[in-house]
Amino acid sequence: MSIQLTAAVRPIAASACIIDLHGDITAQAEAALMEAYHQASKNGAKAIILNFEGLDYMNSSGIGLLVTLLIRVQRQKQKLLAYGLSDHYQQIFELTRLNEAIGIYSDEAEAKAAA
Amino acid sequence: MSEQPDSRESAWAKPVDKLRVSGTPTGAINLNVEGKQMVGPLQGFGQLWQKTYRVALSGSSASPQEVVSLLKAKLPELMPSDSRFYPSITGVKPGEVIIINATVPGVPGTISTGVMILYADDESFTVMTPEGHPESGFNTFSASSEDGVTVAQIQSLARANDPIYEFGFRFMGGSSQQEKIWHHVLTQLAAQFKTAANVTMQKTCVDNRLQWSQAKNVWHNAMIRSTLNLPVRTARRVFRGGRGIDAS
Repeated sequence: MSIQLTAAVRPIAASACIIDLHGDITAQAEAALMEAYHQASKNGAKAIILNFEGLDYMNSSGIGLLVTLLIRVQRQKQKLLAYGLSDHYQQIFELTRLNEAIGIYSDEAEAKAAA
Repeated sequence: MSEQPDSRESAWAKPVDKLRVSGTPTGAINLNVEGKQMVGPLQGFGQLWQKTYRVALSGSSASPQEVVSLLKAKLPELMPSDSRFYPSITGVKPGEVIIINATVPGVPGTISTGVMILYADDESFTVMTPEGHPESGFNTFSASSEDGVTVAQIQSLARANDPIYEFGFRFMGGSSQQEKIWHHVLTQLAAQFKTAANVTMQKTCVDNRLQWSQAKNVWHNAMIRSTLNLPVRTARRVFRGGRGIDAS
Protein backbone atom coordinates (compact mmCIF):
# COMPACT_ATOMS: atom_id res chain seq x y z
CA MET A 1 0.00 0.00 0.00
CA SER A 2 1.58 3.22 -1.16
CA ILE A 3 1.58 6.29 1.13
CA GLN A 4 1.21 9.43 -0.94
CA LEU A 5 4.19 11.77 -0.70
CA THR A 6 3.83 15.15 0.91
CA ALA A 7 6.65 17.62 0.38
CA ALA A 8 6.63 20.74 2.56
CA VAL A 9 8.97 23.61 1.79
CA ARG A 10 10.73 25.28 4.72
CA PRO A 11 13.00 28.26 3.95
CA ILE A 12 15.94 28.36 6.36
CA ALA A 13 17.87 31.28 4.89
CA ALA A 14 17.69 33.58 1.90
CA SER A 15 19.74 31.12 -0.10
CA ALA A 16 18.58 27.73 1.21
CA CYS A 17 15.37 25.75 1.58
CA ILE A 18 14.56 22.43 3.18
CA ILE A 19 11.98 20.15 1.60
CA ASP A 20 10.48 17.89 4.29
CA LEU A 21 9.43 14.62 2.64
CA HIS A 22 6.79 12.35 4.18
CA GLY A 23 5.43 9.15 2.64
CA ASP A 24 6.60 7.12 -0.36
CA ILE A 25 8.80 8.25 -3.22
CA THR A 26 7.53 6.35 -6.25
CA ALA A 27 6.48 7.40 -9.75
CA GLN A 28 3.30 8.88 -8.20
CA ALA A 29 5.39 11.35 -6.20
CA GLU A 30 6.59 13.31 -9.23
CA ALA A 31 4.06 16.15 -9.05
CA ALA A 32 4.51 16.73 -5.30
CA LEU A 33 8.30 16.63 -5.48
CA MET A 34 8.64 18.90 -8.52
CA GLU A 35 6.08 21.39 -7.17
CA ALA A 36 8.02 21.58 -3.90
CA TYR A 37 11.23 22.16 -5.84
CA HIS A 38 9.53 24.94 -7.82
CA GLN A 39 8.33 26.55 -4.59
CA ALA A 40 11.77 26.25 -3.01
CA SER A 41 13.51 27.79 -6.01
CA LYS A 42 11.23 30.66 -6.82
CA ASN A 43 12.86 32.99 -4.30
CA GLY A 44 16.34 32.25 -5.53
CA ALA A 45 17.48 29.47 -3.20
CA LYS A 46 20.97 28.28 -4.10
CA ALA A 47 20.81 25.15 -1.95
CA ILE A 48 17.96 22.65 -1.78
CA ILE A 49 18.08 20.27 1.18
CA LEU A 50 15.93 17.13 1.10
CA ASN A 51 14.85 15.89 4.53
CA PHE A 52 14.25 12.15 4.32
CA GLU A 53 13.41 11.62 8.01
CA GLY A 54 9.75 11.07 7.10
CA LEU A 55 10.45 8.73 4.19
CA ASP A 56 8.47 5.49 4.40
CA TYR A 57 9.58 3.84 1.21
CA MET A 58 11.31 4.53 -2.09
CA ASN A 59 11.36 2.29 -5.15
CA SER A 60 13.53 2.47 -8.27
CA SER A 61 11.15 4.93 -9.96
CA GLY A 62 11.68 7.17 -6.95
CA ILE A 63 15.43 7.02 -7.50
CA GLY A 64 14.76 8.00 -11.13
CA LEU A 65 12.77 11.00 -9.90
CA LEU A 66 15.68 12.10 -7.75
CA VAL A 67 17.97 11.86 -10.79
CA THR A 68 15.70 14.17 -12.82
CA LEU A 69 15.42 16.55 -9.84
CA LEU A 70 19.20 16.60 -9.53
CA ILE A 71 19.60 17.48 -13.23
CA ARG A 72 17.16 20.40 -12.81
CA VAL A 73 19.07 21.58 -9.74
CA GLN A 74 22.39 21.40 -11.59
CA ARG A 75 20.95 23.33 -14.56
CA GLN A 76 19.96 26.14 -12.20
CA LYS A 77 23.45 26.05 -10.68
CA GLN A 78 22.01 25.07 -7.30
CA LYS A 79 23.26 22.47 -4.83
CA LEU A 80 21.25 19.42 -3.76
CA LEU A 81 21.86 18.03 -0.28
CA ALA A 82 20.10 15.41 1.82
CA TYR A 83 19.82 14.25 5.41
CA GLY A 84 17.74 11.83 7.44
CA LEU A 85 18.32 8.82 5.19
CA SER A 86 18.12 5.45 6.94
CA ASP A 87 21.10 3.09 6.64
CA HIS A 88 19.19 1.15 4.00
CA TYR A 89 18.56 4.15 1.76
CA GLN A 90 22.11 5.40 2.26
CA GLN A 91 23.18 2.05 0.81
CA ILE A 92 20.75 2.50 -2.09
CA PHE A 93 22.23 5.95 -2.80
CA GLU A 94 25.67 4.32 -2.86
CA LEU A 95 24.51 1.44 -5.06
CA THR A 96 22.92 3.81 -7.59
CA ARG A 97 25.83 6.26 -7.14
CA LEU A 98 23.51 9.15 -6.35
CA ASN A 99 25.75 9.87 -3.36
CA GLU A 100 28.44 11.06 -5.80
CA ALA A 101 26.27 14.04 -6.77
CA ILE A 102 24.02 14.62 -3.75
CA GLY A 103 25.73 15.56 -0.50
CA ILE A 104 24.51 13.23 2.27
CA TYR A 105 24.53 14.49 5.86
CA SER A 106 23.49 12.89 9.12
CA ASP A 107 21.25 15.69 10.39
CA GLU A 108 19.76 19.08 9.60
CA ALA A 109 22.52 21.07 11.33
CA GLU A 110 25.23 19.38 9.25
CA ALA A 111 23.29 19.84 6.02
CA LYS A 112 22.62 23.52 6.80
CA ALA A 113 26.30 24.09 7.51
CA ALA A 114 27.19 22.58 4.14
CA ALA A 115 24.51 24.48 2.20
CA MET B 1 3.90 -3.87 10.69
CA SER B 2 7.51 -4.98 11.10
CA GLU B 3 7.37 -7.40 8.15
CA GLN B 4 6.33 -4.91 5.52
CA PRO B 5 9.39 -2.62 5.56
CA ASP B 6 11.73 -5.65 5.51
CA SER B 7 10.02 -7.23 2.54
CA ARG B 8 10.00 -3.92 0.70
CA GLU B 9 13.68 -3.36 1.47
CA SER B 10 14.47 -6.82 0.11
CA ALA B 11 13.22 -5.64 -3.29
CA TRP B 12 16.55 -3.83 -3.63
CA ALA B 13 19.85 -5.43 -4.59
CA LYS B 14 22.48 -5.60 -1.89
CA PRO B 15 25.35 -3.12 -2.29
CA VAL B 16 28.17 -4.39 -4.51
CA ASP B 17 31.48 -2.80 -5.45
CA LYS B 18 31.87 -4.86 -8.57
CA LEU B 19 29.70 -7.29 -10.50
CA ARG B 20 30.11 -11.02 -10.06
CA VAL B 21 28.60 -13.57 -12.44
CA SER B 22 27.72 -16.71 -10.51
CA GLY B 23 27.56 -18.97 -13.56
CA THR B 24 27.48 -18.46 -17.29
CA PRO B 25 24.16 -19.61 -18.74
CA THR B 26 24.45 -22.14 -21.55
CA GLY B 27 25.09 -20.51 -24.88
CA ALA B 28 26.05 -17.12 -23.48
CA ILE B 29 29.29 -15.28 -24.09
CA ASN B 30 30.29 -13.87 -20.75
CA LEU B 31 32.53 -10.85 -21.33
CA ASN B 32 32.64 -7.31 -20.01
CA VAL B 33 30.53 -7.97 -16.92
CA GLU B 34 32.68 -9.68 -14.28
CA GLY B 35 34.48 -7.12 -12.13
CA LYS B 36 32.76 -4.11 -13.69
CA GLN B 37 31.30 -1.32 -11.58
CA MET B 38 27.67 -0.30 -11.92
CA VAL B 39 27.01 3.00 -13.65
CA GLY B 40 23.80 5.03 -13.48
CA PRO B 41 22.34 8.03 -15.31
CA LEU B 42 24.84 10.33 -13.61
CA GLN B 43 28.00 8.50 -14.70
CA GLY B 44 27.70 8.25 -18.50
CA PHE B 45 28.93 10.58 -21.23
CA GLY B 46 26.07 11.49 -23.58
CA GLN B 47 22.78 13.30 -23.40
CA LEU B 48 20.42 11.90 -20.77
CA TRP B 49 17.15 10.62 -22.25
CA GLN B 50 14.01 9.34 -20.60
CA LYS B 51 12.10 7.09 -22.97
CA THR B 52 8.76 5.59 -21.97
CA TYR B 53 7.22 2.77 -24.01
CA ARG B 54 3.68 1.68 -23.16
CA VAL B 55 1.12 -0.79 -24.35
CA ALA B 56 -2.44 -1.10 -23.05
CA LEU B 57 -3.48 -4.74 -22.76
CA SER B 58 -7.09 -3.96 -23.64
CA GLY B 59 -9.37 -6.95 -23.49
CA SER B 60 -7.04 -8.93 -21.22
CA SER B 61 -8.02 -9.66 -17.65
CA ALA B 62 -4.39 -10.05 -16.57
CA SER B 63 -3.47 -8.08 -13.46
CA PRO B 64 -0.34 -5.88 -13.33
CA GLN B 65 1.28 -8.52 -11.11
CA GLU B 66 0.57 -11.25 -13.68
CA VAL B 67 2.02 -9.11 -16.46
CA VAL B 68 5.22 -8.39 -14.52
CA SER B 69 5.47 -12.05 -13.52
CA LEU B 70 5.32 -13.04 -17.20
CA LEU B 71 7.87 -10.36 -18.13
CA LYS B 72 10.25 -11.73 -15.51
CA ALA B 73 9.75 -15.32 -16.62
CA LYS B 74 9.81 -14.79 -20.37
CA LEU B 75 12.00 -11.75 -20.95
CA PRO B 76 14.58 -13.71 -22.97
CA GLU B 77 11.83 -15.00 -25.30
CA LEU B 78 10.34 -11.54 -25.72
CA MET B 79 13.64 -10.04 -26.85
CA PRO B 80 14.45 -9.81 -30.58
CA SER B 81 16.83 -12.42 -31.97
CA ASP B 82 19.69 -9.92 -32.34
CA SER B 83 19.59 -8.98 -28.66
CA ARG B 84 19.68 -12.08 -26.46
CA PHE B 85 19.16 -11.94 -22.70
CA TYR B 86 20.58 -14.68 -20.47
CA PRO B 87 19.30 -14.40 -16.88
CA SER B 88 21.00 -16.43 -14.16
CA ILE B 89 19.42 -19.70 -13.11
CA THR B 90 17.63 -17.92 -10.24
CA GLY B 91 15.93 -15.57 -12.68
CA VAL B 92 14.97 -11.94 -12.23
CA LYS B 93 15.87 -11.37 -8.58
CA PRO B 94 17.53 -8.35 -6.94
CA GLY B 95 21.30 -8.49 -7.36
CA GLU B 96 21.26 -11.11 -10.12
CA VAL B 97 23.05 -10.46 -13.41
CA ILE B 98 21.55 -10.85 -16.88
CA ILE B 99 24.17 -11.41 -19.57
CA ILE B 100 23.36 -9.72 -22.88
CA ASN B 101 24.69 -10.88 -26.24
CA ALA B 102 23.80 -8.59 -29.12
CA THR B 103 24.69 -8.17 -32.76
CA VAL B 104 24.89 -4.74 -34.33
CA PRO B 105 24.98 -3.99 -38.06
CA GLY B 106 28.54 -3.17 -39.14
CA VAL B 107 30.16 -4.65 -36.05
CA PRO B 108 31.73 -8.12 -36.43
CA GLY B 109 30.77 -10.83 -33.99
CA THR B 110 28.69 -10.62 -30.87
CA ILE B 111 28.82 -7.79 -28.36
CA SER B 112 28.75 -9.13 -24.84
CA THR B 113 27.68 -7.09 -21.86
CA GLY B 114 25.04 -7.37 -19.14
CA VAL B 115 22.88 -5.67 -16.56
CA MET B 116 22.23 -6.14 -12.86
CA ILE B 117 18.74 -6.40 -11.38
CA LEU B 118 18.71 -3.34 -9.16
CA TYR B 119 15.16 -3.65 -7.91
CA ALA B 120 12.35 -6.17 -8.25
CA ASP B 121 8.89 -6.33 -6.71
CA ASP B 122 5.54 -7.72 -7.85
CA GLU B 123 4.72 -4.76 -10.10
CA SER B 124 8.09 -3.72 -11.48
CA PHE B 125 11.75 -4.49 -11.86
CA THR B 126 14.68 -2.29 -12.76
CA VAL B 127 18.01 -3.12 -14.31
CA MET B 128 21.17 -1.04 -13.99
CA THR B 129 24.06 -1.07 -16.43
CA PRO B 130 27.76 -1.80 -15.85
CA GLU B 131 30.80 0.00 -17.23
CA GLY B 132 31.21 -0.72 -20.94
CA HIS B 133 27.50 -1.16 -21.66
CA PRO B 134 26.25 1.11 -24.48
CA GLU B 135 24.08 2.97 -21.98
CA SER B 136 24.66 4.21 -18.48
CA GLY B 137 21.44 4.18 -16.50
CA PHE B 138 18.29 2.31 -15.55
CA ASN B 139 15.55 0.43 -17.40
CA THR B 140 12.33 -0.15 -15.49
CA PHE B 141 9.76 -2.73 -16.56
CA SER B 142 6.40 -2.27 -14.88
CA ALA B 143 2.65 -2.67 -15.17
CA SER B 144 -0.23 -0.75 -13.64
CA SER B 145 -3.98 -0.60 -13.85
CA GLU B 146 -5.40 2.50 -15.53
CA ASP B 147 -9.18 2.87 -15.80
CA GLY B 148 -9.58 -0.87 -15.49
CA VAL B 149 -7.03 -1.66 -18.20
CA THR B 150 -3.62 -3.12 -17.43
CA VAL B 151 -0.84 -1.12 -19.04
CA ALA B 152 2.67 -2.50 -19.45
CA GLN B 153 5.51 -0.03 -19.53
CA ILE B 154 9.24 0.05 -20.12
CA GLN B 155 11.00 3.23 -19.10
CA SER B 156 14.66 3.93 -19.65
CA LEU B 157 16.59 6.73 -18.01
CA ALA B 158 20.02 6.57 -19.53
CA ARG B 159 22.77 8.24 -21.48
CA ALA B 160 25.40 6.83 -23.81
CA ASN B 161 28.28 5.53 -21.76
CA ASP B 162 31.10 7.01 -23.84
CA PRO B 163 31.75 9.19 -26.93
CA ILE B 164 31.79 6.24 -29.34
CA TYR B 165 28.38 5.04 -28.20
CA GLU B 166 27.04 8.61 -28.26
CA PHE B 167 28.15 8.93 -31.89
CA GLY B 168 26.52 5.58 -32.67
CA PHE B 169 23.25 6.51 -30.99
CA ARG B 170 23.04 9.89 -32.70
CA PHE B 171 24.43 9.27 -36.17
CA MET B 172 24.58 5.51 -36.82
CA GLY B 173 21.00 4.53 -36.03
CA GLY B 174 21.76 3.19 -32.56
CA SER B 175 18.99 5.15 -30.92
CA SER B 176 16.28 3.91 -33.28
CA GLN B 177 17.63 0.37 -33.00
CA GLN B 178 17.29 0.56 -29.22
CA GLU B 179 13.74 1.90 -29.58
CA LYS B 180 12.87 -0.98 -31.92
CA ILE B 181 14.04 -3.47 -29.27
CA TRP B 182 11.59 -2.21 -26.65
CA HIS B 183 8.78 -1.86 -29.20
CA HIS B 184 9.43 -5.49 -30.08
CA VAL B 185 9.34 -6.59 -26.43
CA LEU B 186 6.02 -4.88 -25.74
CA THR B 187 4.54 -6.17 -29.00
CA GLN B 188 5.54 -9.71 -28.06
CA LEU B 189 4.20 -9.18 -24.55
CA ALA B 190 0.83 -8.06 -25.91
CA ALA B 191 0.76 -11.17 -28.11
CA GLN B 192 1.23 -13.34 -25.01
CA PHE B 193 -2.02 -11.86 -23.69
CA LYS B 194 -3.69 -12.12 -27.11
CA THR B 195 -4.25 -8.39 -27.37
CA ALA B 196 -3.49 -6.00 -30.20
CA ALA B 197 -0.24 -4.11 -29.68
CA ASN B 198 -0.46 -0.37 -30.02
CA VAL B 199 2.90 0.55 -28.55
CA THR B 200 3.49 4.22 -27.83
CA MET B 201 6.75 5.95 -27.03
CA GLN B 202 7.41 9.26 -25.36
CA LYS B 203 10.93 10.59 -25.15
CA THR B 204 12.37 13.55 -23.29
CA CYS B 205 15.91 14.83 -23.24
CA VAL B 206 16.41 15.29 -19.49
CA ASP B 207 19.94 16.66 -19.84
CA ASN B 208 21.36 17.77 -23.18
CA ARG B 209 24.90 18.30 -21.88
CA LEU B 210 27.77 15.97 -22.67
CA GLN B 211 29.79 14.93 -19.64
CA TRP B 212 33.31 15.23 -21.02
CA SER B 213 34.78 14.11 -17.70
CA GLN B 214 33.29 10.69 -18.52
CA ALA B 215 34.91 10.39 -21.98
CA LYS B 216 37.43 8.03 -20.36
CA ASN B 217 34.64 5.43 -20.13
CA VAL B 218 35.67 4.40 -23.64
CA TRP B 219 38.34 2.22 -21.98
CA HIS B 220 35.57 -0.18 -20.89
CA ASN B 221 33.63 -0.08 -24.19
CA ALA B 222 32.07 -3.56 -24.52
CA MET B 223 31.70 -3.25 -28.31
CA ILE B 224 35.44 -2.66 -28.78
CA ARG B 225 36.43 -5.25 -26.20
CA SER B 226 34.09 -7.90 -27.64
CA THR B 227 35.44 -7.24 -31.15
CA LEU B 228 39.06 -7.44 -29.97
CA ASN B 229 38.24 -10.69 -28.20
CA LEU B 230 36.67 -12.21 -31.32
CA PRO B 231 39.93 -13.78 -32.69
CA VAL B 232 40.57 -15.37 -29.28
CA ARG B 233 37.09 -16.88 -29.17
CA THR B 234 37.38 -18.03 -32.77
CA ALA B 235 40.75 -19.70 -32.08
CA ARG B 236 39.34 -21.44 -29.01
CA ARG B 237 36.44 -22.76 -31.04
CA VAL B 238 38.81 -24.06 -33.73
CA PHE B 239 41.08 -25.80 -31.20
CA ARG B 240 38.07 -27.33 -29.47
CA GLY B 241 37.00 -28.74 -32.83
CA GLY B 242 33.93 -26.54 -32.98
CA ARG B 243 32.57 -27.91 -29.72
CA GLY B 244 31.09 -25.77 -27.01
CA ILE B 245 30.52 -22.11 -26.75
CA ASP B 246 33.22 -19.70 -25.72
CA ALA B 247 32.23 -18.59 -22.28
CA SER B 248 35.45 -17.16 -20.95
